[in-house]
Amino acid sequence: MTTSRTKQPGSETAAIPLAARPSLLASPGIRKLGLAVLGWTIACVIFFPIFWMVLTGFKTEAAAIADPSLIFSPTLESYQAVQDRSGYARYALNSVAVAFGSTLLALVIAIPSAYSMAFLPTKRTKGTLLWMLSTKMLPSVGVLVPIYLIFRDVGLLDTRTGLIIVYTLMNLPIVVWMLYTFFKDMPKDILEAGRMDGASTLQEVLFLLMPLTLPGIASTGLLSVILSWNEAFWSLNLTSSNAAPLTAYIASFSSPEGLFWAKLSAASTMAIAPILVLGWMTQKQMVRGLTFGAVK
Amino acid sequence: MATLQLKQITKSFDDTHVIKGIDLEVNDKEFVVFVGPSGCGKSTLMRMIAGLESATSGDIVIDGQRINDVGPADRGLAMVFQSYALYPHMTVEDNMGFSMRLAKVPKEQRRQKVLEAAQILQLEPLLDRKPKALSGGQRQRVAIGRAIVRNPSIFLFDEPLSNLDAALRVQMRIELARLHEELDATMIYVTHDQIEAMTMADKIVVLHDGEVEQVGSPMELYHHPCNRFVAGFIGSPKMNFLEVGLERTHAEGVEIRLPGGGTCSVPADGSELAVDSALELGVRPEHLLLDDQGPLEGEIQVLERLGGQTSLYVQMGELMVTIMADGDVAHRVHDKVRFGFEPERAHLFDASGLALPSLHQHPLARLTRRDNRVASDADSL
Amino acid sequence: MPGMTGFAGLENYRYLFTDPALWSAMGTTLLLVGWVLAITVVGGTLLAVLFQQEFAGRGIARVLAISPFFVMPTVSALVWKNMMMHPSNGVLSWVAESFGLPAVDWFSSLPLTSIIIIVAWQWLPFALLILLTAMQSLDEDQVEAARMDGAGPVAIFFFITLPHLKRAISVVIMIEMIFLLTIFAEIFVTTSGGPGLATTNLAYLIYIRALLDFDVGMASAGGVIAIILANIVAIFLVRMVAKNLED
Repeated sequence: MTTSRTKQPGSETAAIPLAARPSLLASPGIRKLGLAVLGWTIACVIFFPIFWMVLTGFKTEAAAIADPSLIFSPTLESYQAVQDRSGYARYALNSVAVAFGSTLLALVIAIPSAYSMAFLPTKRTKGTLLWMLSTKMLPSVGVLVPIYLIFRDVGLLDTRTGLIIVYTLMNLPIVVWMLYTFFKDMPKDILEAGRMDGASTLQEVLFLLMPLTLPGIASTGLLSVILSWNEAFWSLNLTSSNAAPLTAYIASFSSPEGLFWAKLSAASTMAIAPILVLGWMTQKQMVRGLTFGAVK
Repeated sequence: MATLQLKQITKSFDDTHVIKGIDLEVNDKEFVVFVGPSGCGKSTLMRMIAGLESATSGDIVIDGQRINDVGPADRGLAMVFQSYALYPHMTVEDNMGFSMRLAKVPKEQRRQKVLEAAQILQLEPLLDRKPKALSGGQRQRVAIGRAIVRNPSIFLFDEPLSNLDAALRVQMRIELARLHEELDATMIYVTHDQIEAMTMADKIVVLHDGEVEQVGSPMELYHHPCNRFVAGFIGSPKMNFLEVGLERTHAEGVEIRLPGGGTCSVPADGSELAVDSALELGVRPEHLLLDDQGPLEGEIQVLERLGGQTSLYVQMGELMVTIMADGDVAHRVHDKVRFGFEPERAHLFDASGLALPSLHQHPLARLTRRDNRVASDADSL
Repeated sequence: MPGMTGFAGLENYRYLFTDPALWSAMGTTLLLVGWVLAITVVGGTLLAVLFQQEFAGRGIARVLAISPFFVMPTVSALVWKNMMMHPSNGVLSWVAESFGLPAVDWFSSLPLTSIIIIVAWQWLPFALLILLTAMQSLDEDQVEAARMDGAGPVAIFFFITLPHLKRAISVVIMIEMIFLLTIFAEIFVTTSGGPGLATTNLAYLIYIRALLDFDVGMASAGGVIAIILANIVAIFLVRMVAKNLED
């Protein structure tokens, strides 16, 4: 029936083939199956490099460079080797310290700023916010030289403190913006009711604003952690051995003598696993934060 | 004791003047309703009284003390918000006790006060719930309870019923009136709904464009609106307005020429009128009477039968006139009908929209809701 | 080269603008940004439509598809370089060989394409994530009204879905642009800007001049250029966000 209709050419208007389409949908089972196959195929193709990396981490070095194969006897020797030989733990510790340190610092600075911008706006608030946002677009490479020189002079090169400062500054605009977006969504009435009930500004923030926007604050924090964790430009340029986080450690595998795929994979898997999980958990809120509320 | 005076209050946001110099007196234990169309400044005015907004100029005086610079929590007021503004992460009990917790009242005492308020509002079974688990009406009551617990000298209500459905609104209206009597407190209430204003107020303040149009008891506003705006705003359905000609003025009133040629004498003071003044006649739909001998005529366009009453929408030339008639009228759409009105029920407005003072004071115009109460108390004695 | 000490005036800029590497780096930057944008926006839109449909296990498939966005750039670059695109042992060449095709030495014969593939792989999920979220706010009534008007899936896509996504798409373009203009780690760990200058973008050029050649003056001048470029993008983004603030 479908075919006989769609075969009629020419004289028909465009509306006819469109109208005929619903009959294609008449077999929802097949359509759903097709969608599932297509969706899963694409998802698997996109995910494949990550999957392969995780898999390779459980192979021996020999198996890793052999012809690709799903069948092998899994081993933890690469993980063992990464731990023992290269001091993976130190890099990981640096990553954790820097990512969480900078996030905490950024939140401490950003919560009061976002509060005042969201609830006590002045004529210039919008302009200030946009200006802050525009600093985010300043390419880091543009200020690499001055920051490098300053850090060298004050002895912050290759220190966690230095990296924390840079990451805090790097993420602050986005953190303030995200918090602003979340705070803006909170009904003003509730804070006013609190004020009528006698809450001071600090009490307002601690007892009302923070508990009520906790999901938003948490996802802002997580985004900041993710961005800091994955940041490669500053970590590669400002650290060498003492404060180098995982990004720098992984990058060291790019040198030809470091071509140990299984170990690279094991180290990478450990480096991305926590962030991947965080990302999955917070994807929805992250979209809002990343797009400054333009997409909800 | 709680009285409130506003003296020449103004409020401007940048270049927009939201409140343009308001003087107002609220007496002790009075139920005052600010009413007006949206954007008239009624909420802003209330928020200034609450202290959530500062006045650009003028004085806000509570019990003889200027409180412009006193923080919202220290003015001795409590406010019920339109959205209820309950703290979603706290139980009903914690919501109601929050102000006392901030004031470091001991736990036992806190609980005692919350229980008292909960009793008044029949909230006892809900004390452990979170606001999410409450119905609209229950949330409303918690918000009121939160205000009661603070034992304020003045209650402020910012459109508290606008989020409720129609049936619940009627019920809450009654409950609020009862509460006012029980708490015997001064209350200020903001609404855009003139029915709420009429039913609950001792004193209605009609606001329009940041200015007070008229202050008076509900019956006063209904029977003696001082201008065309108040006449149109108070009363439902809206008052009908017809352009009429001035025939002559005399001691008992003003003789006018109606559309269609008839004349009629309205008992209003026309002594100030110039000879050829343009006048507008205002008659409420419920005061237009179907009458085969009536001076006005038109064709029925729409007919709404409500059972007890029937609304007729009658085309009179360019004009559509609403008539509230008896439920049993037999007319049909497109019937031609004649109708008239009692001259004492009619209002006249001059070209600037001001009402000509009526020569007859309506017997109920001075009546307030409080007077209703006293009368019934007297009956029961 | 400008004098090693003292104030150089515009000397650094003059020198920079006569540096052929600058123009090559600008070209590379634009190619990289342009291609990645094209791939991710078109692909992201199509994938968003796909993942909006109801099918078994959709939730998990979605999560898999957005995962690359959370992978740190150094890791994804190395995984692609060593395990996917490696000329002899990579999965891609293995796939090619099993179809009887010659293996491709990605980074030497198609260096920029390789970088584009890696970066697009990282950012496609971002586009998908944003567009999928935007799609969920599409009013079902609108779609049903269109269906009542006789619109088929294709017509619905072009007349309802795409206009609805317009704002989200512009957000994706703007945000990606900010990040893509300064792509660094992916180049650093794979090609190091080579072969020659084939994959040296502006960010990487400044890095070379600053930290490898220690020509601080010139690197700073390059930084200023990069800032100007980014600000042109920023103006548009800020305008759009400002408009969004108005609502």
